Amino acid sequence: MGKTPMRRALAALLATVAVAGCATAGDPRDPWEGYNRAMYSFNEGVDKAVFKPLAIGYDEVAPLPVKAAVGNFFGNIEDLWTGLNNLLQGKGGDGAADIGRVLINTTVGILGVFDVATEMGMEKRDEDFGQTLAVWGVSDGPYFVVPFFGPRTLRDAVALPADLYGNSWVQPADIAARNTTTGLKMVHARASLLGADRAATQGSLDKYAYIRDFYLQQRRYEIYDGQPPRERFDDARAPAMERPAIYATQADGVAEGAMRLELAGLTEPRH
Amino acid sequence: MTMFGRNVLVAGLVWLASMSVWAAPSPDALVRTVMDEVLEIVRKDEAIQSGDASRAVALVDEKVLPHFDFRIMTSLAVGRDWRQATPAQRDRLTSAFRTLLVRTYSNALTQYRDQQIDFKPLRAKPSDTDVTVRTEVRQAGAKPIDIDYALEKQGDNWKVYDVVVAGVSLVTNYRSSFASEIRSNGIDGLIKALEAKNAALAGGAK
Repeated sequence: MGKTPMRRALAALLATVAVAGCATAGDPRDPWEGYNRAMYSFNEGVDKAVFKPLAIGYDEVAPLPVKAAVGNFFGNIEDLWTGLNNLLQGKGGDGAADIGRVLINTTVGILGVFDVATEMGMEKRDEDFGQTLAVWGVSDGPYFVVPFFGPRTLRDAVALPADLYGNSWVQPADIAARNTTTGLKMVHARASLLGADRAATQGSLDKYAYIRDFYLQQRRYEIYDGQPPRERFDDARAPAMERPAIYATQADGVAEGAMRLELAGLTEPRH
Repeated sequence: MTMFGRNVLVAGLVWLASMSVWAAPSPDALVRTVMDEVLEIVRKDEAIQSGDASRAVALVDEKVLPHFDFRIMTSLAVGRDWRQATPAQRDRLTSAFRTLLVRTYSNALTQYRDQQIDFKPLRAKPSDTDVTVRTEVRQAGAKPIDIDYALEKQGDNWKVYDVVVAGVSLVTNYRSSFASEIRSNGIDGLIKALEAKNAALAGGAK
């Protein structure tokens, strides 16, 4: 009874993927673009109906100190998982420092509500099991949009259950309380992305591609702990002789401070 | 006498200092000055803080844009198809891309809430003409965000041609969507798409 629909769904999925693979001559990192775009639309629909309205409400109602406290609290729980992953990646010093952060913030910082460790100069880091697998040599795999969770690479999608577990190792035993906590965590995470989401909507010709490229570049940066091998951007740079002698557009530019802040939201940890 | 001598000395030093800044502002000093100036204005401007996008755009227009080279940014975003674009197409692309980015990101100034910005030491030789100024934005409860500005020296001035947020170039991030637009509809298609997007945004902003 249960097997046939499962099989049929799987076959449909594979067919979609196969068709998508043939139909698009797109990005080599995104061979499943057909499926991915469909799942992306589905996720956007869910977001628009459920998470985004909640996040906007939360963003408007909660004062800044409350949001900071919520972020610190969940951030503290995640710091332990970050620390464990640093240890798994062989970065003992970073791992010990992350665990030190948890000890300080859980005690002096009153269960993590205050990020005292950062004030003391102990920097927060973000590590997850996907990054650990990458350090162990597992390659990215194709870009893969996970239902409800959004952009991943195949490797990071495989690591997702471990990350979900690792980032919620402390949970209230009471189911209602647990659901409330999880809901708050999700809404907080979504609220921190509101600015970035607006930038991606306004500033892109193709929001799907914009988000995909952003995710893949940023992921690479995270895996290399902010020191990725430098990609040369200037291959497209017109040779000097092709550029006009007088820069007609010298007064052109973009908002440097502005970009920074708008996109800041995108680097918030995903949940 | 000594008092007078000291005043002259101080005045002379100040003059010398201002001259050397005038002659060759270092790229990191430039970024820092512009940023301090803009954020100082935002801190005092309640209209911007409460979300007045047109004021934010005006501020960016006046203080920030003079330090950017939008032609290089557009060429980097367009990629290798830039070479086959005519001068007229390049001008229209540059102007449309500029409008899009300014409108999109100026809005962010309205979101500024006293995050702290640290500058990392500049690793560059005085003779370098292409440098990266590295900064870090700190905010409570989150990992600091790296923001790098790539600048090119043009005569005595430094111009920003790329902004890299947490490893993501805001310019090259457009490459694949621009390339696919050009593949389907040509360079004029990309110009049309950008101009249509800008027109839609301008309509929505009213």
